[in-house]
Parts: sequence; structure tokens; C-alpha cells
Amino acid sequence: MRKSFSSPLASVFVIAVTVLWTIPTFGLLATSLRPKQDVTDSGWWEVFAHPQLILSNYHTVLFEGGFGVSGGLMPYLVNSLAISIPATVFPLVIAAMAAYALAWVRFKGSDTVFFVIFALQVVPLQMALIPLLQLFSGGAHLGGVTVLPSLDLHGTYAPVWLAHTMFALPLATFLLHNFISQLPRDLMEAAVVDGASHFKIFRSIVLPLCTPALASFAIFEFLWVWNDLLVALTFAGGTPEVAPMTVRLAQLSGSFGGRWELLTAGAFLSLIVPLIVFFGLQRYFVRGLLAGSVKG
Amino acid sequence: MSGHEPVALPVSSMLADSAWTDATVKLGNSFGAIAGFLGILLVVFFAAGRARGRLGRPLAILVFLGPAVLLLIVGLVAPLIRTVYLSFYNDDSTRFLGGRNYGWALTTGSIHQVLLNTLLWLLVAPLAATGLGLVLALLVDRMKRQAVYKSLIFMPMAVSLVGASIIWKFVYEARDTSQHQIGLLSQLAISLGWSHPPNWMLSHPLNNFLLMAVMIWVQTGFAMVVLSAAIKAIPDEVTEAARLDGARGVQLFWYVTVPMIRTTLVVVLTTVMITTLKAFDIVRTMTGGNFGTQVLANEMYSQSFVQFNVGRGSALAVILFLAVLPLVAYNIVQLRKERETR
Repeated sequence: MRKSFSSPLASVFVIAVTVLWTIPTFGLLATSLRPKQDVTDSGWWEVFAHPQLILSNYHTVLFEGGFGVSGGLMPYLVNSLAISIPATVFPLVIAAMAAYALAWVRFKGSDTVFFVIFALQVVPLQMALIPLLQLFSGGAHLGGVTVLPSLDLHGTYAPVWLAHTMFALPLATFLLHNFISQLPRDLMEAAVVDGASHFKIFRSIVLPLCTPALASFAIFEFLWVWNDLLVALTFAGGTPEVAPMTVRLAQLSGSFGGRWELLTAGAFLSLIVPLIVFFGLQRYFVRGLLAGSVKG
Repeated sequence: MSGHEPVALPVSSMLADSAWTDATVKLGNSFGAIAGFLGILLVVFFAAGRARGRLGRPLAILVFLGPAVLLLIVGLVAPLIRTVYLSFYNDDSTRFLGGRNYGWALTTGSIHQVLLNTLLWLLVAPLAATGLGLVLALLVDRMKRQAVYKSLIFMPMAVSLVGASIIWKFVYEARDTSQHQIGLLSQLAISLGWSHPPNWMLSHPLNNFLLMAVMIWVQTGFAMVVLSAAIKAIPDEVTEAARLDGARGVQLFWYVTVPMIRTTLVVVLTTVMITTLKAFDIVRTMTGGNFGTQVLANEMYSQSFVQFNVGRGSALAVILFLAVLPLVAYNIVQLRKERETR
């Protein structure tokens, strides 16, 4: 097999696919660096004939706008960060705690709880969106009794953080449980004998030992939130106060006529963070992705 | 930002300044929230850690497991039940309709198009991505600098579907043929001798396949990486034995490699299927579901959050759930089985 497949034809095929896979992104980057007039007058491939590159498109989209709307993308870029970081930390910590309890503070029914959390992975986000949005805006009522008052969270990040945290928990708990339950029993028992409480064990033994698993999941979850459109669109709305880059770019892509030098710059800005993570932390990225590929 | 800045001001640095202030405040809020969250946990840990004797264990269980269970009930379990309930009611949930929302979904002409498109997506995109990924996985491992090729083909997986959609929208950009083309596809078509290529996004049913190409572009690298790992895990003895029996090339591939990685192949295929079924980003960003390109996930979003047809939107969500349920269930069981044996 090795021989018959290693023909020059095979190499040509792989190289052709690689080029085909890279060109669209390269075209986006090239366009974002060209002056407006060049972008309207000629295709980006002419950049090789007239290599005039500028950065001012980036300044324009970040701070001035120019999409026929005032205001740039800077607030949205900040929102993406401000949403992604807490929405990574919250589920990570809560899931690690739950995983520890299910693995080491076992009680009657803990297997059942674990199985239910595990099974919740089959629920697609779409199934939870409408009721959760109604809950955030109107509170919960059972037979005329207010169980939960309406929370005035509108215009804050809180609904987006909460929704992402909730949706991340089944997968996070499951993955971290796999890891935490594998910790050496002797070590845990020795700590109990020494009189350490569960809280102390969790902080000084479990968390440090789980760093690789936590890092993999953190990278996966961060990119998941950063790249998400559905949850953000539903819970953040479209305002510059809360909405992240994905929401804004989806809006601009629809309402936008001909300013490709700006749209490409905006799109590339949203790609920079994932691409840095991808090329810088590829090993963790792959591990996190493979573990998390069936999320929500 | 909010549009209050006097537009005539040429001082863009002022805008930049206020943008930086805004950024500082927002990120301050985020890190404040994280600090507050960790602070509360620390206090609770400290307080609960002092409890001794019979109270210690139940308290530990409550503190460790309570937040996750509560959030899951409020965020997933209760909404799941409520969505099923809402799907049997009218749009302001005041009148019981029985199965009429489902009847609407299955009998309306425009929804037929949506379901047909979704089925088409479900068949074409996963098969193409997995097939191409498999071929690449077989070929790339014998090449020098394979890591470079793998990285570049895998890269689209890292970016958002919105970003991917804009990248491809630009490729598909079509102008009147009297002008210079700026979209790569139109230019390519013209240089290959097609003097008047169509406006790609408006040409039904071709536009459906052009949108699927984006999904294939994103998912092929994923398929390649996973399948390449599976192929490398085939024991050398197996291929050696087959070779001694006279198996060669394509034969070896069909009768040895494919059966050996069958489980992984199905897991990859179903994983891409799940993503395909639930993805609404591509259609929403590129055509908004117009020109005959609508799919189930985007129709569900439009019904629920654009037209506020809560009952119909819920029914579509339930249909989506029922469609992904067997795929996800199969997938999770397989993946977990594999993980345990590893």
C-alpha cells in the first residue's frame, strides 16, 4: 500500500487540496490589506502585480466604522473577550467541583446523577433557547406562584455567561470526571487520613494534578464560545454593549454593499485569536477538539 | 459606538480613546465577575471546610455538586420539557393546538423545501468531508513535511462558521460581466471560458451546494486528523499479513484499512452529520435562508426569534432534537467505549 499510494500523483493531489484550502483565507487577508480603490477595481490576486499594502482598513473598522453605521468593531471585539473568558472559567470550575464529588465523595445515587449529566449531552442547544430566554426576561411561574422573579439582566453579559456555562456543563463534567476519577487512590486516602477536608483535597491535590485536562477543555471551550453565534445572538442581542464579533459580522455580512476591504478586515480580526490559539497550542487544541467534538 | 459621537470630527484618536476606555470598563467587569465568583467559592470552601463530623459529608456534596445540578436543571432539563410543552401550543402559549404545529411543519410547502435542503446537507456535506478526509489521511502520511499540509487543511476548523462564511462569500462574489471580477470563483469560471457565469448565490439549486462547500471546507481537516490517527493505530502485523497474502494497493485499502478503522469512520461521519444538522451560521450569514437555501436549524431560529412563532419554532426544535438524538447517542456511546479501551 505504501508504495502504490506514494506516487507523485498522490503528492500533487495533497498539495492541490492544501492550496485550495488555504487560498480563500489568503484572499481574505490580502483584500483586508489593500486600499479601497484597488479592492473595487481588481481581484485580490492582482496584489502580486501591484503590491501596495496598507493597514488603515483595520484602523477604520476598529475605531471609525464605515459600514454605513457609526462606530467600529472595537467594542464587539472587546465583548468577544469579555464573554469568552468568564464563560470558560465558570463551567470549568463548577464542572471540576461536580466531577470531584461524583468521583470521590460518592453517595447513594451518585452513579445515577453522573449518568443523567452524561446523557444530557444529547440535548441540542436549540431545545433550550426559547424557555431559557423566557426565564431570563420573565422569571418562572408555577400556577400563578412566582418561583423565580424576572432578573433584570438585559444589556449585561450575565445571560450569555450563564447560558454558556449551563450548556457546557454536561460535557465538561463528563470529561473532567474521566480524568479526576483516575487520580491515584492512595494519594486521596492518605490525604483523608491526614485529616484534610474535601475542600482542601480539591484545592491542593485535585486541581494541580488536573491541569492538563483543565487546559485542554479550557482551550476547547474558549474557542467554542469565541466562535459561537447561536447563543450570543439569542442572549446578547445585537447592541455594541454586549454583542460579540460573530453577531456583528453576521449582521454586516447581510446588510453590506461592496465595502469588501472593510468586511474582510473585520472578518480577519475575528479570526486572529482562534488562529493564534490554533497554531500556538495545536496539540492541546486537537486534544480538546477530539474530546469535545459532539458538544451540544 | 452608540452613535453619539459627532461624525464630522476628524480626530479619530478621540474615538480610539473612548473605545479603549470602554474596553477597560468591560474587561474590568469580566475579570471582576471572575474574581467575585472565585471569591465566593473561597469563602464557601473556607466556611464549609470547618464543618466537622456528621455534617461534613452532606455539606461537601451540596457545595461541590449543588451548583452544577442546579444550573443543569434550570438551563437544560426544565427548558427541554418546556420546549416540548410549548410545541403543542399557539404562539403566546394560551391555546392548546395538539399536533397542529407539527402538522404545519410537515405539510407546508416552504417547509418541505427546508426539510429537503436539510436532508441534502445531511447526505452531501458529511460524506464529502469524510471521504475527502479519508483520502487525504491515506496520502498525507507518506509525504515530507506532512505536518504543514495537515495544519493548513485542519486550520478552518479553528475559525467560526461566521468567519468561514465571509471568507467564502467573498470567493462567490459575482459582478456584472462587463466589470472586473473580484470573486475568485467568477474569475476562475471566466478564465476557463464561461463568458457569463451566473450570480452564484442566486442560482438555485447550485447555491445549496456552494454553501455546503463551506461546511466541507471546515470539516475535512477534522476528518483527516482523526482518520489519520486511526490508520496509524492499525498494527503493522495486520498489514504485513495481508501483504504476504498478496493484497496490494486499493485491495489492501478496501479489505484491510477500511474495516480496521470502520468504527472511527462512522464516528467521524456522524459527528460531521450532527454539526451539519445543527449549524445555522453558514446559511444565515451567506444567504439569510433566501433563494431556496433555508435549512431546519435556521428556520427554527427565524420562526422563534425573528417572527416570534414560539409554538412553531418549538416544534421545529423538537424535530431537530429527534433528528440528532440517534446520531448523538450512537456517537457518545462509541466515543466513550473507545476512550475506555484506550
